[in-house]
Amino acid sequence: MASDYPDTLQRLCHHLKQFTGPDVEITPQTDLINQLAIDSVKLLNLIMEVEDEFDISVPINALADVQTVDELANLIHQIKSAK
Amino acid sequence: MSLLEKLDAVAAARKALLPEGVDVFGIPIEEIYSSTEAKIGDRRILFLGTNNYLGLTFAPECLQAAHKAIDSEGTGTTGSRMANGSYRGHRDLEREFAEFYHCQSCIVFTTGYQANLAMISGLAGAGDVVLIDGDSHASIYDGCRLSGAEIIRFRHNDMVDLDKRLRRLGERSRSTLIIIEGIYSMLGDRAPLADIVKLKNAYNSVLLLDEAHSLGVLGETGQGLVEETGLMDGVDFVTGTFSKSLGGIGGYCVSNHPQLDQLRYVSRPYIFTASPTPATIASTRAALKLLRDGTKLRQQLWKNVHQLYSRLHELGYQLGPEPSPVIATILDTPQQALALWNGLLEHGIYVNLILPPAAPDGKSLVRCSVSAVHTSEQMDDVGRAFAELREVIFPITS
Repeated sequence: MASDYPDTLQRLCHHLKQFTGPDVEITPQTDLINQLAIDSVKLLNLIMEVEDEFDISVPINALADVQTVDELANLIHQIKSAK
Repeated sequence: MSLLEKLDAVAAARKALLPEGVDVFGIPIEEIYSSTEAKIGDRRILFLGTNNYLGLTFAPECLQAAHKAIDSEGTGTTGSRMANGSYRGHRDLEREFAEFYHCQSCIVFTTGYQANLAMISGLAGAGDVVLIDGDSHASIYDGCRLSGAEIIRFRHNDMVDLDKRLRRLGERSRSTLIIIEGIYSMLGDRAPLADIVKLKNAYNSVLLLDEAHSLGVLGETGQGLVEETGLMDGVDFVTGTFSKSLGGIGGYCVSNHPQLDQLRYVSRPYIFTASPTPATIASTRAALKLLRDGTKLRQQLWKNVHQLYSRLHELGYQLGPEPSPVIATILDTPQQALALWNGLLEHGIYVNLILPPAAPDGKSLVRCSVSAVHTSEQMDDVGRAFAELREVIFPITS
């Protein structure tokens, strides 16, 4: 399952571009809140998009530990792997 | 950043956005003249943002009941019902609410906020799921957090989206609490209850409906959306507040599930809060009778709603999707919303200002709440103010 991670990250970055615009550089270390200016409500809406993209449920509670793109990609990957 | 520096950052953000000299989110009210008028600064102001849907805050029956209760039972209960006992008024109000909804039982809470906190955290826990509408009130979000259950949102009033999210849960849908509102406080639209009940039944979930803004407003006797749709049997738990149509403070939950009563022993927001004061209980009991028999008040309320909604629509304001006592004007920028809010106050009209991230979709709202005791002339005055301000607001667009 570990080999799916790059794919997860790539698809997540594609979604993030829709929130930030195409000119913003997104790396795994990018901070969602501070660098991409995704506020709490935008983050919740992003999670809905992510849930649909990956056909998973992402509990809001799990976002407490998510700050970077990499951490979100890992969370998605974990949930996908657990299905 | 230290604890206090975080608050400094909030203060700086607030200062950058809001005008000097006016406390938009805590407007000082000097004197209350009636259910719909007050003194703000040195001016007489029309209340159009106070959720006093039936205008009962000065109903003589409620005032007399509250006075009598203070004289006979004192100003407070000084503790929780678990510690200090349940006064006759608490028990009577619970019985009367259960009878009003033709339900088996009721629990009364100290605030509407706590009713949701108590019910959600009492019903759901770790390992369960709460599935909530994206436009849910903060009390629902906070109750979900307190529960420790997994929180999943569905897109506002989107039944395809709710179906999809229930399907993804698989067998876990059986331990899922779906939470919706009768009328949503942001845009004033109703939940599509018939479709939600169908989905809830199909997936064997449990449904909690918050009637905070629909109690007294919808249905023949004012029960809310459950009565308007005839779907009380499809809803497991109905919560609501005393602080809007009933003109007091407090909350309730009614249900036909016998397990409701057990919430008194497991729900921390119920156990560890002082119970409602005798005056609050007494005025609420009197108000509930007026609400139940308030067909004429509801007719007048809806007449006012249609008058104002139609006028604002004619003026070209972007509004919530359907007329309701919550009439939200949707604006693209906080600056527009602030200018409209301030302009209305200068015209002698107090409304609510809601800025991102509290408002949906990054928009800002100027929210009116209409009352049965507003007059047609007052609605005309409000329409005229919105008409004058329209010319001022829209040139501000980015």
